[in-house]
Amino acid sequence: MSATAPILQMDSITKEFPGVKALADVSLSVGIDEIHAICGENGAGKSTLMKVLSGVYPYGSYSGTITYRGEEVRFKDIRASEAAGIVIIHQELALIPELSITENIFLGNEPTTRFGSIDWKGAQREARELLARVGLDEDPDTLIKDIGVGKQQLVEIAKALSKRVKLLILDEPTAALNESDSQHLLDLLRGLKGKGVSSIIISHKLNEIEQVADSITIIRDGRAIETLNVVRDGVNEDRIIRGMVGRSLQSRFPDRVPEIGEVFFEVNGWTVQHPVSAERMVCKNESFTVRRGEIVGLAGLVGAGRTELAMSLFGRSYGAYRSGTIVKDGKQVQLRTVHEAIDNGLAYVSEDRKALGLNLLDDIKRSIVSAKPERISRANVVDEYREHDVAEEYRRKLRIKTASVESGVDTLSGGNQQKVVLAKWMFTEPDLLILDEPTRGIDVGAKFEIYGIIQELAAQGKGIVLISSELPELLGLSDRIYTIFEGAITGEYSAATATPEALMKSMTSSAQKVTAA
Amino acid sequence: MSGISDLKKIFGTGNTSKLRQFGILFSLILIVALFQWLTGGLTLSSTNLIAVVSQYSYILILAIGMVMVIIAGHIDLSVGSVAAITGVVVARAMAEFNLPWPLAIVFGIVVGAAIGAGQGFWVAYVGVPAFIVTLAGMMLFRGGQVFIGNGNTVPVPDGFRAIGSGFLPEVGPETGYNNLTLLIGLIAIVTIIWRELRSRAVQRQMGSEIAPAWVAGIRVALLVGIVVVATLLFAGGRVGTSFPISGLILVVLVIVYSFITRRTVFGRHVYAVGGNSRAAELSGVNSKRINFFVMMNMSILAALAGMIYVARAGASGPNDGTGWELDAIASVFIGGAAVAGGVGTVIGSIIGGLVMAFLNNGLQLMGAGADTVQIVKGLVLLVAVAIDVYNKKQNRFSIIGIFTSKRGGNASVAATTPTSGAAPSATASAETGAPAKD
Ligand SMILES: Nc1ncnc2c1ncn2[C@@H]1O[C@H](COP(=O)(O)OP(=O)(O)OP(=O)(O)O)[C@@H](O)[C@H]1O
Ligand SMILES: [Mg+2]
Repeated sequence: MSATAPILQMDSITKEFPGVKALADVSLSVGIDEIHAICGENGAGKSTLMKVLSGVYPYGSYSGTITYRGEEVRFKDIRASEAAGIVIIHQELALIPELSITENIFLGNEPTTRFGSIDWKGAQREARELLARVGLDEDPDTLIKDIGVGKQQLVEIAKALSKRVKLLILDEPTAALNESDSQHLLDLLRGLKGKGVSSIIISHKLNEIEQVADSITIIRDGRAIETLNVVRDGVNEDRIIRGMVGRSLQSRFPDRVPEIGEVFFEVNGWTVQHPVSAERMVCKNESFTVRRGEIVGLAGLVGAGRTELAMSLFGRSYGAYRSGTIVKDGKQVQLRTVHEAIDNGLAYVSEDRKALGLNLLDDIKRSIVSAKPERISRANVVDEYREHDVAEEYRRKLRIKTASVESGVDTLSGGNQQKVVLAKWMFTEPDLLILDEPTRGIDVGAKFEIYGIIQELAAQGKGIVLISSELPELLGLSDRIYTIFEGAITGEYSAATATPEALMKSMTSSAQKVTAA
Repeated sequence: MSGISDLKKIFGTGNTSKLRQFGILFSLILIVALFQWLTGGLTLSSTNLIAVVSQYSYILILAIGMVMVIIAGHIDLSVGSVAAITGVVVARAMAEFNLPWPLAIVFGIVVGAAIGAGQGFWVAYVGVPAFIVTLAGMMLFRGGQVFIGNGNTVPVPDGFRAIGSGFLPEVGPETGYNNLTLLIGLIAIVTIIWRELRSRAVQRQMGSEIAPAWVAGIRVALLVGIVVVATLLFAGGRVGTSFPISGLILVVLVIVYSFITRRTVFGRHVYAVGGNSRAAELSGVNSKRINFFVMMNMSILAALAGMIYVARAGASGPNDGTGWELDAIASVFIGGAAVAGGVGTVIGSIIGGLVMAFLNNGLQLMGAGADTVQIVKGLVLLVAVAIDVYNKKQNRFSIIGIFTSKRGGNASVAATTPTSGAAPSATASAETGAPAKD
């Protein structure tokens, strides 16, 4: 802080929720032209700190002071902080799918003509410039729903730029992005840094942090533990982990000796039509098998049709079924509804926990039993004491950080919500567990635990289908990997033959079909 | 132990929704006390209490169904018309076909179920918004009522009138009170005490947090006090009167539906569908079926309410049930339900309905006209929901929150001191204002 004054200085911030002290006396200093990372376990208080900074929690609801560009600021809402040039991009993107890129960028901030009507020409011109600045090559008239998440993220940043942002806050911006989109985003942040935009980035992808951050503040249990200068302190991933969890993590994946049984789940010729366009097939004649005790990875780029495959298998929850059969335990089964799928021992952990995984109005214990309340009911009456016991058991097993299982799931941090979703599906005691991005938004320590749980479930003889956009995760866990490209299975690799290069090749073209040895 | 947070537990431990419910209960008590004072003690007289119960029981019955509809994310505007058409159909069936009254009640329920199934079908399986379906139903069944009744009043026989204006019989020794009402009060008191003891025993066994004994004591004393006073008032009215039979029907329905919504799988599914229907479907909930049954159930309860009203009035008339849907909906929202669905309780809605009932009644006792009553009711609805909305943002400015979180914070989280294996070789240590030590 000696040479140049920091752009932001937060001092002794304390923020409490009923029964939880989310932040205890946290201080944070961000320099001009700096990318400052905040790391910490799930529920450490990272998002809360950023919500304090951006006025989501207004002045008066926390204690401590915020000094921004040399002056103390007291934001009463987000608009106030945006007016000052602080823009937060939440993990759940706030774009409106039915509107165009231009309309989204200028939503609530529309440029007007002399007559008071919206100046669409000017807006479009400016949108084009902004898109060029963030390196997004799209027509500004394109609707948001027609571009992928990675590009949507860039639109968010363009929107921030249109507000003359000086301090950009990104809460887990790359959680839903694939490798190359993430890379593009990080490059963009580095570029903006030279142009007077400082950033604060929260992420559980520590390799990215190591790459892009100038300094790192580590938060643990609501306290700032330390601030590291990446270059000076020679920070690497292990060093960050040590700060976050208080010890080193020996390896990223628990040891496991797979015990693989016979094939018990078989999909043949699975063909599913896109929900609206009748000619488009989202699954094209896909066939695959899962053995007992086996972890089967599904690799593919975002949009390749992995989620669509999983959801259409799970009670035809996506698209329109065209043809194909499912054989489980040697018998052909019809899974026309989710209920039938659950009854036949399937479970699907969605990649989108807020929209598809949870009822955010519900409390933790009810959420955990919600996919199979029958298990703790007699004559359709829920035994609330057993429900409580079950919830406590999973809270312990998955180390869900909460004051009580009676609390609402909306009071949990993102990572802990994900654990509740996992608990919900583990509670159904499935034979085949389909996990769609199960560690999205989960911290390194918890990832290790969840990997352990996945392996344990496999060891109990269940089949696991793992969808993940993180190749290291797929490679580290899977016994066998299928690659999917544009709705078709393009390759099958055993753990021994799977390499990142080989997978990438099959994930990006259907040129030659690879089969496992 | 901070007194305030313990005191809070009088209204139940756990989530904030219970607390919110208490807020409504508190407003009810305030309103009753206010009118008791303004009317010089008329409000809490035996005669008046009995009148309030028999006058509003049908609105409260509607509120039970309505809260489920609203939790599931819908609305039902047709309840007044459904009540009215059931009333006239049943009245004519008794008048013209000499249908015995017990069968007539069953017949009325069947009519309600049929209407409800129809509306439920459009909402659940065709996907027409409930607002539209029931708006259509509102007009359709109002017209149907006038058509069937020829716009005239149709009287109902005496036996049938019992469900609307009947009282419990006088039995047993001469006590100066209605003995059966006393018995019901006694059962209520025993139940309250038994439930408290049982829940404490279970909590102890599960090792979960238990409110201090004095808190439980106050809670039980308060509830028992209210029950005792109410029992004596209801039992001590004019000879031949008692707790009304329509009130009894209401109480039974409240107990049954509270149980259904809170404890059964079906009830859970109603909340799930209203909270996030996509997530509910992906958890195996058949949301169509839930929507269908919720709409159908509403019409059944509306049919029951219509019959009770006709029984009380002694005849079915063309204006029966006008505006009931609005009172029922208002009760539910005063009772803490959310417009977007997923939130609400049967008990809350009943308390909300009682707020409306006592407002109506108190103002009438004071001689206010229908205009004033409408204005006040409108304002109360607006203010009640505004307070609720404000409270939901309580993360921001909650007085109670400030008191309790201070305590929780010092005790729990702050105790974990950083035992980092990492020597803080950090340059700019961010811990500028770190406290000495906890
Ligand atoms: N509205 C709320 N009410 C009560 N507690 C809350 C609320 N919001 C957050 N918390 C609690 O505050 C703590 C910090 O949460 P926060 O969301 O800041 O964590 P985080 O570091 O962002 O975690 P993650 O990496 O999982 O996103 C958690 O224990 C959480 O349960
Ligand atoms: Mg977070």
